[in-house]
Amino acid sequence: MTTAVSVEAEVFAALATVLDPELDQPVTELGFVRSVAIDDQGVEVHLRLPTSFCAPNFAYLMVSDAHDALSTVPGLGRIRVLLDDHHDSDKINRGIAAGAGYTGTFGVEAEDSLDELRRTFRRKAHLAAVERCCRTVLAGGAWTLEELPLLELFDLPEGSLKSALLRRREAVGLPTGAHARVLVDHDGTAVAKADSALWLRLAAATRVSIEGNAHFCRGLLATRYGDADAAPLITNTRSRP
Amino acid sequence: MYEKDGEKYFVVDGHVHIWDARESNQKNIHGKQFIDCFYDYHKNLSPEEVLWDYDTYTYYGAERFMKDIFQEGHVDHAIFQATLLSEFYKTGFGQTEEAFGLTRQHPDKLTYNHAYDPRNGEAGLDQLRRDAERMNLKGVKLYTAEWHGDSRGYKLDDPWSRRYLEECLALGIKNIHVHKGPTIRPLDRDAFDVADVDKVATDYLDLNFIVEHVGLPRLEDFCWIATQESNVYGGLAVAIPFMHTRPRYFAQIIGELLYWLGEDKILFGSDYALWTPKWLIERFVDFRIPEDMPEYPAITTAQKKKILGLNAAALYDIEVPRELRLPTEAGDTGEEVAAGAVAR
Repeated sequence: MTTAVSVEAEVFAALATVLDPELDQPVTELGFVRSVAIDDQGVEVHLRLPTSFCAPNFAYLMVSDAHDALSTVPGLGRIRVLLDDHHDSDKINRGIAAGAGYTGTFGVEAEDSLDELRRTFRRKAHLAAVERCCRTVLAGGAWTLEELPLLELFDLPEGSLKSALLRRREAVGLPTGAHARVLVDHDGTAVAKADSALWLRLAAATRVSIEGNAHFCRGLLATRYGDADAAPLITNTRSRP
Repeated sequence: MYEKDGEKYFVVDGHVHIWDARESNQKNIHGKQFIDCFYDYHKNLSPEEVLWDYDTYTYYGAERFMKDIFQEGHVDHAIFQATLLSEFYKTGFGQTEEAFGLTRQHPDKLTYNHAYDPRNGEAGLDQLRRDAERMNLKGVKLYTAEWHGDSRGYKLDDPWSRRYLEECLALGIKNIHVHKGPTIRPLDRDAFDVADVDKVATDYLDLNFIVEHVGLPRLEDFCWIATQESNVYGGLAVAIPFMHTRPRYFAQIIGELLYWLGEDKILFGSDYALWTPKWLIERFVDFRIPEDMPEYPAITTAQKKKILGLNAAALYDIEVPRELRLPTEAGDTGEEVAAGAVAR
C-alpha cells in the first residue's frame, strides 16, 4: 500500500523549500507564489514580489531556486517558472528559460556568482536565530548574560525556536550535536564572555531588521495586489493521475 | 512649532519633495512602476484619514506643499532632498526649479539640497560648482542606485565619487544625504550594503553622512557602522510611519537607533508626499515604548525634541528660537564614538 500524494501537493511542497534569502521565510508563506498550473506538458509557476523594484539579484535567486526545487519532483514534465510585474521580469524569465545561469542572465551586470550574497544572508539568519533562542533563555531566569557563552544546544528547550536554529546551523555548516555551543559566529568561533553583551545586541538589531523587512514586504504585497490571502491559485488539468 | 502638554517642539522636516510623476512626464514604463511603488508605500503605511487619491499623488504642486508642510504640518523648516531619476522622467522626478524657486521665496523656511551623479565625470563636477554657487548648497542628496545609461548604480568609494566628495568639501557642502537602493552593480553584492558609507565617512571626517531611511532594509549594518563613525547620522524617513501600522516594530527600530547611534544622530523626515508630516509629528510626540519591552528605555521628551528638529537645525545652522532650545545644545556630538560602542 502506498499513500497517494497529489501532484499539486508535491509541487507546493517543493516550492515551500524556496526561501526569500533576505526575509528568511518560504516564498509560499510570503504570498510570492501567484499561481501554479499543471497540465499534460508540465508545470507553469508564476511568482510575484511586493514591488517592481525589489532587488533583481534576490528575485533571480528565488526564480532560479524554484526552478531547481521543481526539478526534484519526478515526472513533472516541462518546468516553467516566470516572474511577473518586475522591472527585470523579461531578462530573468528569458535567462531562466534558456538555462543561462546568473552571469548569462545579467551579462556585464554580474561579475562572479550569487554564492557570497547567499552566504551573507544565511549568516544573518543564523545570528537572528541565536538571538531569539538566547532571549527566551535569558527571560527564563536560569541563565545570565555572562553565562551565555557556555550555553549548549542541549540546554535549549525543544520547540520551534530551537528547530529553527538547527536549520540555520545546517545552512551555514555548523555542527548540530547536543553539546555544540550556541553563542558562536557563523564559522564556529565562540563569542568571548567580555563580548557577549555587544554581540547579542548586534544580533538583536539583525533580528529586528529581518523581521521588519518581512512586515514591510508582506504589507506592500497585500497593498499591491489587493489580497491579504497568501494562497496561490492552483489548477491541474492533467489527463493522467 | 508643535505644542503638546506644555512642551514646545521646534520641527525640521529633513526630507521633503515636490515631484511630478504624471503620465505626461514619464519617459518609460519604469516611471510608472516607480510612482506606483511609491503610492503603495503611501497606501500601505498611512492612516486611512490621510490617504490621497492617485492623481493628486502624482503631482500636487507648491501650494499644496506649503499647506501640508507649514500651515497644517507643524513644520518650522523643511529640507528638499532631490531625487532626479532622469532615466525615468522627462524633467526628472523631483522638480528642481519649482522646489528651488520656492526656497528662494521662503529662505527662512526652506533649504534646497541638490543632487549630483559622479558618473557624469568632469562635466558633472563643473555643474556641481555652478549649482553650489547658484543654489547656495549646504547639502546634497545622493541616490546610489540611480540608473545611468548601462549602469544601475555606483558606490560612494568609487574614484569619481571621491572626487565629488572632495569638491563638496571645497565648496562648503558638508551634509551628504545618502539613499541606498536596489539594483546596484555588480548584482552579486547586496545593493543595500552600507559598507561604502563606512569607508568614505572614515576618509572625510569634515563631511556629515546622513543615511536616509536609517539604512533600511539593513538596519543592523547601518547601526554597526554608525557606532564606529562620529559623522554618520540616520534619517527616519520611511521608518517613522511604522508607528501607525506596526507600532511594536517601530519601538524596536527607534530603540535600536537610540542604543547604537544615540539621540543626537537621528533626524526626523516625512519623505513628503510619501507621507504628510502632521500625523507623523503628532504621533511621534505621543509615542511610548510598550511596557512589555523592558530591553528599551523610555523615550524622553528631550530626545523627541532633538530628533524632531534640534539635531537637523544643528547640522544646517538653522536658528532655533531661544524658548524652543534645550538647556544643553542638541547635535553636540563631541565624543569620539557613539552610544553602542560605549557599552562595550
